[in-house]
Amino acid sequence: MTSGIKPMLTCREFADFMADYLADELSPAIKDSFDEHLRLCPNCRRYLASYKETVALGRHAFEDYEAMLPPEVPDDLVKAILAVRPRP
Amino acid sequence: MVNLPRGSAASIDEAALLARLRAGDEQAFEVMVRAFGGRLLAVARRFVRDEADAQDVLQSAYLSAFRALAQFEGSSQLSTWLHRIVVNTALMKLRSRRRKPEDSIDQLLPGFLDDGHHVEQFADWTAPADRLLEQQETRATVRAAIDQLPDRYRVVLLLRDIEERPTQEVAEALQMTPTAVKVRLHRARQALSTLLRKIYAPSVTNP
Repeated sequence: MTSGIKPMLTCREFADFMADYLADELSPAIKDSFDEHLRLCPNCRRYLASYKETVALGRHAFEDYEAMLPPEVPDDLVKAILAVRPRP
Repeated sequence: MVNLPRGSAASIDEAALLARLRAGDEQAFEVMVRAFGGRLLAVARRFVRDEADAQDVLQSAYLSAFRALAQFEGSSQLSTWLHRIVVNTALMKLRSRRRKPEDSIDQLLPGFLDDGHHVEQFADWTAPADRLLEQQETRATVRAAIDQLPDRYRVVLLLRDIEERPTQEVAEALQMTPTAVKVRLHRARQALSTLLRKIYAPSVTNP
């Protein structure tokens, strides 16, 4: 027998499936329970925000990395690479 | 020796270079190494985090590229093609390295009480990522945090979020199931988030 009351999603469940929630890979019913949890739980709202900002920062972390480095390869390494080139 | 101006990869005529490579032009091979090698070495370093290993990766990758040049169809840019070869070679290098057991990631994952609530009370994130990225040091801070992740998590994060390779492709490259890749990526992001929260959202209960 069911009571008709949906069990509340826990913060742990929310955290475990947050990536699927953000990727919109949850069924509509499950997504509704995530939305509801988020509406009621400010701590999970902050956790979700920190996760989203982290992903955004991570995606851009290397954008200037190669630009800051000298584009030259050490001469010894160039010679070593050219030495292994198969000859026709 | 071929002299190339700094940052010459961006200005190189790839179609012309490819034609010269296919014709067996000796100098073209050196141009290919000097023009793209610096950036590719940086990519190799990003994955293997060791200068000698990164140089090994670059050399092996170029050898693979030289051998596969005849099969290169030109559907992608030469630089993109070389980049992919370097990443794949770096993954092989990581697989072949005998490393001491990695640190656990558990201490960087959120803790929960028996009733399923977070142990930690999270603080507000100080500023959106695009605003933080306007500051010069932000990228270096994030890179340093990524470097703290255990290899098996760091590599999945690099492949999915930085290289933007599809889950299926990462699964095949790392010989994992797509579901395992998703789980590992999520944990890597959670761990990175824990490290970055200390800087961008310091909490009062768990500093």
